[in-house]
Amino acid sequence: MLELAAHILDIAENSTRAGAKIVKIDINENDAKDLLSIEINDDGGGMTKEEIKKVGDPFYTTKTVRRVGLGIPFLADAAQRANGKLKLKSTKGKGTNITATFQLGHLDRQPIGNITTTLVALIAGNSHVDFIYKHRHNDRQFTFDTRQIRKEIDDLPINHPEILKYIRGVISVGLQEISTNA
Amino acid sequence: MAKLTIDDLKKIKEKVHKEMSLRDGERRVKVTVHMGTCGIASGAKEVMDALLQEIEDAKVNDVFVTTSGCMGLCSREPLVTVEIINQEPIKYEYMNPNKMRQVFKRHILAGEIQTPFVLARGAEVIR
Repeated sequence: MLELAAHILDIAENSTRAGAKIVKIDINENDAKDLLSIEINDDGGGMTKEEIKKVGDPFYTTKTVRRVGLGIPFLADAAQRANGKLKLKSTKGKGTNITATFQLGHLDRQPIGNITTTLVALIAGNSHVDFIYKHRHNDRQFTFDTRQIRKEIDDLPINHPEILKYIRGVISVGLQEISTNA
Repeated sequence: MAKLTIDDLKKIKEKVHKEMSLRDGERRVKVTVHMGTCGIASGAKEVMDALLQEIEDAKVNDVFVTTSGCMGLCSREPLVTVEIINQEPIKYEYMNPNKMRQVFKRHILAGEIQTPFVLARGAEVIR
């Protein structure tokens, strides 16, 4: 995977498959500290201590269709290559928190990539899940919360093409305004 | 693009409500974009985005898009399953945004299966 947005999509898809109702995605770009962090928080099924130990092992997976699980090892590798690391906290039955840190200006840090298509894909493909996206860039912040959209559209499905078009517009303008440059 | 506000959303809602009463938003087609690690790494996100943009542009509201996990055929990703109501599902392999646009226009809208991209007919059985 060549951009961080793809990792975010992958990890958040894990969350929805673990039965999460709310997935929080926090991105923090701090030029002064030369730090980029990505945090994904869910209220899905969570993992036991044994499972957490095995999660960094590419040959551990809960899937039955094949024998490798590369999502988390990929992200851990991307973080390590940019002088950062991956932290994972999880409680069985409560949810999972994954934080990846990167040295913002590191030569080998992957570009953030297209966050807008990531969020729209997540919302369109998981219309029963709520996503809260927070992106901080130094002193500016953009927040997007599907619960606010849902409140306004009543019985309309959030994955209706017109609503998705609106969401796409809100996110891309919002990200422009905080002039994210990662 | 100008900044969109909650008022814009309210207008969209009213417009969509009006259209919905004219024609029911029945689900005629279900499209599944396989979004496992393997799918995402080989470009499923761009395929999904192309599909969503086509749906917006064509202004159809009877195509339902969803995502699924890995089905074990990672080497043939990105995979897309098109399921038209009362027809057998069709699985497309090695998809990209251009192939997705073609499948949308020719298969989903016009009903012609795009044989050169087809992996298989039918639904997968996961044991």
